[in-house]
Amino acid sequence: MATTTLEPRAGTYRRSWVLDWLTTVDHKKIGILYIANSFLFFFAAGILALVIRTELAVPGMQFLDQATYNQAFTMHGTIMLFLFIIPALSGFGNYIVPLQLGAPDMAFPRINALSFWLLPLGGILIFSGYLFGGAAAEGWTGYSPLTSDQYSPGVGTDLWIIGLTLVGMASILGAVNFIATIFKMRAPGMTLFRMPIFVWTVLVTAVLILLATPVLAAGLIALFIDRNYGGSFFDPSVGGNPVLWQHIFWFFGHPEVYIVILPAMGVVSEILPVFSRKPLFGYRAFVFATIAIGLLSFSVWAHHMFTTGSVFLPFFSFMTALIAIPTGIKMFNWLATLWRGKLMLTTPMLFALGFLSMFLIGGISGVMLASPPVDFHVQDTYFVVAHLHYVFFGGSVFGVFAATYYWFPKMFGRKLNEPLGKIHFWIHFIGFNLAFFPMHQLGLDGMPRRISDYSPDAGWNLLNLVSTVGAFMIAVSIVPLLINVIATFINGEPAGDDPWEGNTLEWATTSPPPPHNFDRLPPIHSERPLFFLTHGHGHAAARPADLEENDEDDVERRGGAV
Amino acid sequence: MTGRTMQAHPAGEHEAAAAIQHGQSGMPTALLGMLLFIASEVMFFGGLFATYFNARATTPGTWGPPEGAHELDFALAGALTAILVASSFTMQFGVWAVRRGDSGKLKMWTGITLILGVLFLMGQLYDYSQLGFGIADGVFGTTFYTLTGFHGAHVFGGAVGLTIILARAVRGQFSARNHVAVEAVGMYWHFVDVVWIAVFSTIYLLR
Repeated sequence: MATTTLEPRAGTYRRSWVLDWLTTVDHKKIGILYIANSFLFFFAAGILALVIRTELAVPGMQFLDQATYNQAFTMHGTIMLFLFIIPALSGFGNYIVPLQLGAPDMAFPRINALSFWLLPLGGILIFSGYLFGGAAAEGWTGYSPLTSDQYSPGVGTDLWIIGLTLVGMASILGAVNFIATIFKMRAPGMTLFRMPIFVWTVLVTAVLILLATPVLAAGLIALFIDRNYGGSFFDPSVGGNPVLWQHIFWFFGHPEVYIVILPAMGVVSEILPVFSRKPLFGYRAFVFATIAIGLLSFSVWAHHMFTTGSVFLPFFSFMTALIAIPTGIKMFNWLATLWRGKLMLTTPMLFALGFLSMFLIGGISGVMLASPPVDFHVQDTYFVVAHLHYVFFGGSVFGVFAATYYWFPKMFGRKLNEPLGKIHFWIHFIGFNLAFFPMHQLGLDGMPRRISDYSPDAGWNLLNLVSTVGAFMIAVSIVPLLINVIATFINGEPAGDDPWEGNTLEWATTSPPPPHNFDRLPPIHSERPLFFLTHGHGHAAARPADLEENDEDDVERRGGAV
Repeated sequence: MTGRTMQAHPAGEHEAAAAIQHGQSGMPTALLGMLLFIASEVMFFGGLFATYFNARATTPGTWGPPEGAHELDFALAGALTAILVASSFTMQFGVWAVRRGDSGKLKMWTGITLILGVLFLMGQLYDYSQLGFGIADGVFGTTFYTLTGFHGAHVFGGAVGLTIILARAVRGQFSARNHVAVEAVGMYWHFVDVVWIAVFSTIYLLR
């Protein structure tokens, strides 16, 4: 790498701060851009959620008409999934994965910048429907024939299609980048089975994105052709098949569920060992369980379509139930990691524990829904809404917040305030359960999803009101977070390189890291190189397998002083 | 740089640049990137093929162009297939040439491949102009034009890539050691060729 010494050193010439961020190809800055962009969309989609819950607080149409209501829940779902959860976790992946691998950057830094900048563009296009006669209004699943030009003549649906296609392209390019980075950019000694679990989950997620998202792109393009060029993919009057859309959408949509949850599982698997002061229990079992979930995710899509009557119920029910096995393995990995650990209930740990409990509830209701006799009764009711919010919000979003509190000190060199973080967690946790737990009962009582009004005599009044109160509590819980972030930027406690006594390589460099990430790397003999570094060879001897695996350059780096 | 690292390993550390070596062995990173991108493209075409087979399976009666339109031009499509398959060979001759460091042959074979690709696109446009039915004429028309059209768009993308390769070859930017772009575009071109074989077999042979 002799040529690098000839290039101007970073920081030797000045340019404007704005231009620097607009043109950056540094994975750390791009990661922060991802996360900032995701939180902006989170606030927008969160306001839409409050709009929905306000309308549903009491029976009767108070301040929305039905068309506006349909747009609100469609935009809420689309934006939360495609422009908040996935990009937020991609943002942490962007920032953390190269650091955890001991790499100086992603494999393709300029493609990395491209895949970020497609996101705000796509998001703005999706939202811009509001400026052109109404946004898309057929639900985030875009079921045919609701999306046909006959029932949704507005341009909002076309903007939704184009925006989603751009976001999908961004995801695919990002996935190529992650996989190439993980396979080609690992530091010496960082074998696949010494990679942090977060990297493993990002790798499996990237494979799912790479193979599932293009199928959605094909479906979106078919839909666009149907709407604009007189095509008939999904129009049964001229030979098309509306159920085909559901197949295509869910062939993408179910891997998508794991695209959303796996990196959050990775975040939790980083946090629990650090704050239990123990290694993750069953590292390899966890890795294989992650791979198994990835493989199974391509064989379960039709469990979203049990009631169409056009899918083979026993197969898809069985395969779906099968996913509970690797997921259960992970649950036991986490619990055994906590068992007899020296638990430290910091804010990231609280959110990780919140993830464990809330994701468990979502997982159990998921197994219930995998059973066709149950599914036929609760299909398209609030039971499904409760389930998906327990996995997406109780799972993934708790993971996003855990990651935010955990890695903020690395990104900005200052620790977020702990008391404020705990206030955020508890209001959030209670609000979340108030908002979504009653929806289980509403669903069992037969309240359909996506309705803007309900009869005052249906018996749903109290639970809907409770749910709305919970939604506003979630909104309130964001206030301490915002205060915390602003206060920390102004006058936060300096974090130091390694505020949590972490296990992985991102804590081996400064906070924030220099542009090239590492001046030098510690030796890597296990998935916890920093623990090894701090506590030395006495602990390493407890794992003779790792010592045997030492390659020559490890010995050389220690000066042959083993 | 952490103080702790220094303390634990005072001696035997490499310099930063030497310690951080990445992607030094195996497939070049750019080529891996292209392979992964092609994997996603395979799934994209998989989705389009799924729409084709689904439409075919659910359409009652005969499957083919709408009433009153011309039959598909099997001879023309066969000729186009031959052109594109031949272009895959010429592409590979170019890749082999640059691996030997023969930039003259690289320019020649890349040029020939580009001409064959453009010939294919012109033939496809001619075919479209003669068929007498459009994308809006029933589900056969919709799936036919979507599949062949998106394939054509990929041929066009490949032709753009070939043009860049040709321009860079003319400027002498490739050598036996440094030509990963040629390998990547070559790989993409083979992929486009294989997709066409699948499209041709599906639409013209499986009648």
